[in-house]
Amino acid sequence: MRRVVVTGLGALTPLGNTVQEYWQGLISGRSGAAPITKFDASRFRTRFAAEVKGFDPENHMDRKEARKMDPYTHYAMVTAEEAYQDAGLEGYPIDGERAGVIWGSGIGGMYTVYHEFKAFFESDGTPKFNPFFVPKMISDIAAGYLSIRYGFHGPNYTTVSACASSNNAIIDAFNYIRWGVADLFITGGSEAAINEPGVAGFNAMKALSERNDDPTTASRPFDLDRDGFVLGEGGAALVLESLDHALARGAKIYAEIGGAGLSADAHHITAPHPEGLGATLVMKNALRDSGLSPADLDYINVHGTSTPLGDLSEIKAIQNVFGDDAYRLNVSSTKSMTGHLLGAAGAVEAIASIKAICEGIIPPTINHFTDDPAFDAGINLTFNKAQTRQVRAALSNTFGFGGHNTSVVFKAYRA
Amino acid sequence: MSDIASKVRSIIVDKLGVDENEVTPEASFTNDLGADSLDTVELIMEFEKEFNLSIPDDQAENIQTVGQAITYLEANAK
Repeated sequence: MRRVVVTGLGALTPLGNTVQEYWQGLISGRSGAAPITKFDASRFRTRFAAEVKGFDPENHMDRKEARKMDPYTHYAMVTAEEAYQDAGLEGYPIDGERAGVIWGSGIGGMYTVYHEFKAFFESDGTPKFNPFFVPKMISDIAAGYLSIRYGFHGPNYTTVSACASSNNAIIDAFNYIRWGVADLFITGGSEAAINEPGVAGFNAMKALSERNDDPTTASRPFDLDRDGFVLGEGGAALVLESLDHALARGAKIYAEIGGAGLSADAHHITAPHPEGLGATLVMKNALRDSGLSPADLDYINVHGTSTPLGDLSEIKAIQNVFGDDAYRLNVSSTKSMTGHLLGAAGAVEAIASIKAICEGIIPPTINHFTDDPAFDAGINLTFNKAQTRQVRAALSNTFGFGGHNTSVVFKAYRA
Repeated sequence: MSDIASKVRSIIVDKLGVDENEVTPEASFTNDLGADSLDTVELIMEFEKEFNLSIPDDQAENIQTVGQAITYLEANAK
């Protein structure tokens, strides 16, 4: 099978609107959470979130185009363009039939659904749905728009597996390249669920932190007082290509994809398996696929959403898979800073993992105040401050409601 | 220019993202102003909303230029 490398990155996150700003936010240990500005949340149980800041789609596309897209598609267009430019693809004669787009979004156009339904319910019952309602809402449309933008005629679709969606997208793109189906992909994911039904829906599940008096410390994975995740939004894009294709055009190479794992908990629709069964399987599968042993990894970017059960089962799974090597690893949850970007989490965390390899810096798990005795104190959870470390290979986990588990292994590129 | 004509023109400028001086009476939504089939449906809906009337499909099909829209609305808007 062919080798697959990462040659372009794009990010739009609660910490910053480019990869550079995002990475600076991560290594400085900054939180992207703040009171919600997108709607009046005064009657909501959770009144803060990790919003994208200072973003206007009309700075990136014309108004006519912008208003036909849901915010999740705006995020896709802007991050893909950053990755495309970063990869040096502008002006390069790409063979469009060998290039594809696989995007991930857990929810798709929730904002559009909400506002169109609201207008209908507030009307006299005469349907006045906008002709762009369906194409704005559907969760595959971002992949469609990107294919049109770049003239990519290869495989094109969106993966939907809740919070694992964009890891699934990256894994599918990786597979199609290594199998020889295509040479290049724009992949990644985006999500825009900070709206009334998004916040209220996760609130109803008691999934969100309710630390309204102190939003910036609310996302505190592995802390004794963690009380749920902080809803985030945004997106990230990666350009993946076959090593041969990248070398032939003299592309800069950030990292190589070592392998990937997939599994299901087959346990409960939203609760993780208490012993981390699915999480154990997925990391084992990813290591096997990569041909790496636990001793070869230096960093795990965990799913680590700051929920009481999820954080516990994931660390159990890491100990199951890595044994004594677990004590040698750096483990961190960048969701402590970005909040949880749902279907975009895999893509933004892929970039955190890749940058950790390139820069030799592990972004921290911020907001650690009180040890939880349930966690083995020998595990280095990279609390509060970034740590410098040479990273040969990093594993990035994302798990989704429904029990979907995904892991991707990135490794330092060596000719 | 009538009040209706100026409202029609500003809706077209807004929805199709075109320059005001392109919105001439002869301009066709699809051939001259870059509208696709969905844009055209949306324009008709905006006219209905702005002028508080309902445009039957068979008549909407005949509204393909700026001038046709203005003529129709001047005749039918309350």
